[in-house]
Amino acid sequence: METKELQRIASQVRRDILRMVCECSSGHPGGSLGCTDFMTVLYFDQMKHDPANFTMDGINDDVFYLSNGHIAPVWYSVLARGGYFPVPELSTLRKLGSRLQGHPATDKGLPGIRMASGSLGQGLSVAIGTAETKKLNGDNALVYTLHGDGELQEGQIWEAALYAAANKIDNLISTIDYNGRQIDGDLDDVLPMGDLSQKWQAFGWEVLELDGHNMDEIKATFAQAKKLTGNGKPIMIVMKTEMGQGVDYMMGTHKWHGSTPNAEQLADALSQIEETMGDY
Amino acid sequence: MKASEIEVLGKKDTRSGFGEGLLEAGKRNKDVVALCADLTGSLKMNAFENEFSERFFQVGIAEANMICMAAGMTVGGKIPFTGTFANFSTSRVYDQIRQSVAYSKKNVKIAASHAGLTLGEDGATHQVLEDIGMMKMLPNMTVIVPCDFNQTKQATIAVAEHEGPVYLRFGRPSVPIFVKPDAKFTIGKADIITEGTDVTIIACGHLVWKAIEAAQELEKEGISAEVINMHTIKPLDEQAVLSSVAKTGCVVTAEEHMYNGGLGESIARVLAKNNPTPQEFVAVNDSFGESGTPDELLAKYNIDTPDVIKAAKKVIQRK
Repeated sequence: METKELQRIASQVRRDILRMVCECSSGHPGGSLGCTDFMTVLYFDQMKHDPANFTMDGINDDVFYLSNGHIAPVWYSVLARGGYFPVPELSTLRKLGSRLQGHPATDKGLPGIRMASGSLGQGLSVAIGTAETKKLNGDNALVYTLHGDGELQEGQIWEAALYAAANKIDNLISTIDYNGRQIDGDLDDVLPMGDLSQKWQAFGWEVLELDGHNMDEIKATFAQAKKLTGNGKPIMIVMKTEMGQGVDYMMGTHKWHGSTPNAEQLADALSQIEETMGDY
Repeated sequence: MKASEIEVLGKKDTRSGFGEGLLEAGKRNKDVVALCADLTGSLKMNAFENEFSERFFQVGIAEANMICMAAGMTVGGKIPFTGTFANFSTSRVYDQIRQSVAYSKKNVKIAASHAGLTLGEDGATHQVLEDIGMMKMLPNMTVIVPCDFNQTKQATIAVAEHEGPVYLRFGRPSVPIFVKPDAKFTIGKADIITEGTDVTIIACGHLVWKAIEAAQELEKEGISAEVINMHTIKPLDEQAVLSSVAKTGCVVTAEEHMYNGGLGESIARVLAKNNPTPQEFVAVNDSFGESGTPDELLAKYNIDTPDVIKAAKKVIQRK
């Protein structure tokens, strides 16, 4: 898809995120806005999938897991705008009886979601499991994951990292949202992670680095990552992003990780982001 | 059948029943896969590994990764069995099971060996006595505790054919076999082992044999005990419980587990709601275990045959 068109979609996704979390006065806008460009490219340009005929098994489809489930708003918006479910349903986020739970869930039957997430650190293992199943099934489609950088503080991530490299899980493309911030503050203040790329390389992964707000670079990096699949190594994209990207007062701080704008702040934010596909 | 008529067919560990059942399940269905966290020999998974090496996944000492990998493997139609000790199958990975297996309703079978005190000499770090409680509290989870080698084999095959998350608990020591090898295992349907009129004894796992021994002793004293093998803790066969106590008017529950959260509490809830009945509990009294032989431990922690007999006599007096 043309970069211009992807940017147009991303603009609407950012509006959706802000309006959703404002309406229910809860949720996580910061990371959602930071991953909007990535998620838009992934779903509208990269993944092999069939939104109208979603199946839990995803045979011959690329499968995506959001391991940092708290940025569900961006996933929900991308899924709805991509045709998985009706766009007006976005207004039900976090409300009683909604299929759009505060963190992604499978029990309400929302198309596009194959695993609950929210408790951090589990998605990489889940993705490896699906990648193994695809290999057993002779299914050449890929498995994608997205993780928070703070999430890497969970020990299970490193169990999975060891397994994937040792067992040549080379049909997996994982990405870290490296925004350097978590709820309690900057990553470097809470628990410094050192050199992420070196860590993943040392664990035996193929590592790519990416500016997560440059659509052309996201596309090029995905193309490169896909070329690297099937070569005996799992792939990790370390993606630099800005939490709250697109809204001036939300950038440069961790404060909007899990807090939501009031009506006035929403109006300010929306004035900075073009309505391109029609608000729900 | 009377307790004295029960025939012992041999002696073997329940974990070997799991190993044979897993191999058979693997032969019947190519989607059955197995994962193990560095305890292949202990879990008796070698036969499956040898026969189906491409469907066997050694994950190393990384149980959290194993549980979530298993959940991910169901996406695409596999039926994964995870294998490690009961303690590392539950308390160590509770959140992984809760989110990725139970809440996500994935078709994962958690095979948990060396449960309870009868793991023996390794001591309390490995002797989980809380696992039935933890697992039965999870929505969507089926909890199965078979009693001998033959039943564990049949239960394993049944579990592979059942759609949904299952916790399958078994043990380490060699114990008497009394279930016929071809006896059909039905999840959620209790086995009435002996028919009786004076007291109902409901047990699971290794304590079923202890309950039979107790019934044999009671029979000699003219006390007629109905022994029920409640191999499925959840969903519980409530009808079997209520039908039996309607005859006997009192019940003993027996399990290799804590009082808190165990089989006994599940039975007590059914009775309190439907037919309040005197009940005695043979279970571990809010305590960790310790090193020792299985027999020594069952005796010391009051979950042995004499304890079942004592509880039966006591509960009859309470009628």
